[in-house]
Amino acid sequence: MLKVEEQQPVQFSAALIEKSEEIVKRYPEGKQKSALLPILHEVQAELGWLSPNAMDKIAAFLSIEPIEVYEVASFYSMYFLKPQGKYVLEVCRTGPCCLVGAEKLMDHLQKSLGVKENEVTPDGLFSWRGVECLAACGYGPVLQIGPEYTFYENLNEQKVDDLIQDLRKK
Amino acid sequence: MGRKLLLEHINVPDIHTFDVYRQKGGYRAVEKALKTLTPDEVVEEVKKSGLRGRGGAGFPTGMKWSFLAKPEGVARYLVCNADESEPGTFKDRYLMTHIPHALIEGMIVSSFALGAHTSYIYVRGEMMPQIRILERAIAEAKNAGFLGKNILGTGYDLELYVQPGGGAYICGEETALLESLEGKRGNPRIKPPFPAIAGLYGCPTVVNNVESIAATVPIINDGGDEYAKIGIGRSTGTKLISASGNLVRPGVYEIELGLPVEEFIYSDEWCGGIANGKRLKATVAGGSSVPVLPANLSLKLANGDPRLMSYESLSEGGFATGTMMGSGGFIAFDEDQCIVRNTWNFSRFYHHESCGQCSPCREGTGWMEKVLHRLEFGHGKMSDIDLLVDVSKKIEGNTICPLGDAAAWPVASAIRHFRDEFEWHVNEPVKSLDTNYGLANYAEPIAKAVSTEN
Repeated sequence: MLKVEEQQPVQFSAALIEKSEEIVKRYPEGKQKSALLPILHEVQAELGWLSPNAMDKIAAFLSIEPIEVYEVASFYSMYFLKPQGKYVLEVCRTGPCCLVGAEKLMDHLQKSLGVKENEVTPDGLFSWRGVECLAACGYGPVLQIGPEYTFYENLNEQKVDDLIQDLRKK
Repeated sequence: MGRKLLLEHINVPDIHTFDVYRQKGGYRAVEKALKTLTPDEVVEEVKKSGLRGRGGAGFPTGMKWSFLAKPEGVARYLVCNADESEPGTFKDRYLMTHIPHALIEGMIVSSFALGAHTSYIYVRGEMMPQIRILERAIAEAKNAGFLGKNILGTGYDLELYVQPGGGAYICGEETALLESLEGKRGNPRIKPPFPAIAGLYGCPTVVNNVESIAATVPIINDGGDEYAKIGIGRSTGTKLISASGNLVRPGVYEIELGLPVEEFIYSDEWCGGIANGKRLKATVAGGSSVPVLPANLSLKLANGDPRLMSYESLSEGGFATGTMMGSGGFIAFDEDQCIVRNTWNFSRFYHHESCGQCSPCREGTGWMEKVLHRLEFGHGKMSDIDLLVDVSKKIEGNTICPLGDAAAWPVASAIRHFRDEFEWHVNEPVKSLDTNYGLANYAEPIAKAVSTEN
């Protein structure tokens, strides 16, 4: 269940609407639905997650049914249907990264942040989760942080602690 | 040193910029193709080159292009598959990060060959930094007159766009990719019709991997015949190999096809051997979905001849003693790695990434993950091992797209070659929690008869 404050109407910034209009122009006339995935990324980057209200607004913008947005947003793993921490640390947990210590790193992250996978720290700053292969197997362990998807390679416990410290100071 | 076609200038500072790329001879292929060749002649050169799809299937690119339907008045599309997600594969990320213009140039040449006037590069959503790099490169190329209307005054128009995915392995399958590009869930389509007849928006479409498209640049520059001289047999040209796992120097390497596997692993020119002085236990040669091989069969064929990095040599012996080239995602396991744990990890991946459309895959991948989980964590039964083989066989070949096969093969091959290790997990449930089965006899010369294809 979403909390009351998570059910409030949402506003898109002028820049977001302008960007969305530009994206729609990439496709032939009448194929504006193709803009759905890129626009979902843009909206998530601005709002932090995709609330039902935000998705309804996207549906109206693209002249498609709300269900067409919901079914897509829930299919792909990058879209958040619940509020997250300000920084979501996504650690690759697939085979090649595990050969070089990804599992240990996730244990360490859980200890350092004091929250379990997919939970948000009390200060609202961090959440973390294991994700499937990020296509950087030669540089593992790796993690990424949205919405820019900044990438961190060849990680160890020390580097992760330093990263968390840096983000806290920001 | 082997010849480098794609990564020749990788170490040139600022090669990611248009100016430096152009100084190093970039965009010559566009000039040559648009000004001196007809689209059909470009297709002919690619056919002559023998280039095989670098995404995993290894289907000849020129032949794929020649299947494209060309009805009057209907748009045709080229879509680049940059949804690189196969565990063990990271070559496309590398290429797009460091030499984005190689892909842009290839896209222009290939679009011209196919008569496409709008083309898309579908990049996996997690690669936002690469998406920004490509968008900048496209803007630079457009600025220099290599994209847009009337390119180089030849009358050819092309618009190129980057499309982000949403984080779904399945969208690497070409029809799922097209669904996704149309703004839908990534459920693969039933074929036929193939994309060459009805692809994006129902129009004739070609979907090619990043590396395949980039390879058209040297093919046009030097000619298809020259390209075909590199490599061995029907494995022509160079291939990007993503090397990961327990290696001294993991990374992306461009090899001439035909390089011995042993040289690739141990030579200082390439991976430099197994990290920390350990010994090799097993390899996955072409990304997580291809069969895993023990060390001895990785380096040598069943008859004792050296195994080479080529489509034919890697698959020599079928699934009984061979594997596949796949996408070139080469994963090396040292003696401390647990095959059962890795197989569980891979099966979790496929369960997570199954789109849920076909029952054998949706249910079977979850079932295999559950059984492998209990084997790995000390609750397995001896009958579980045959159960896994049975489930994998019932997925294989019974799904719309190849994800079912991709999920079945790693499990079936792990049991085929490492059954001892699975049995040990059942017999030693406590011990197997904190120690590994080790190297066993997996690196010994192939004296003992290898099990037959099951």
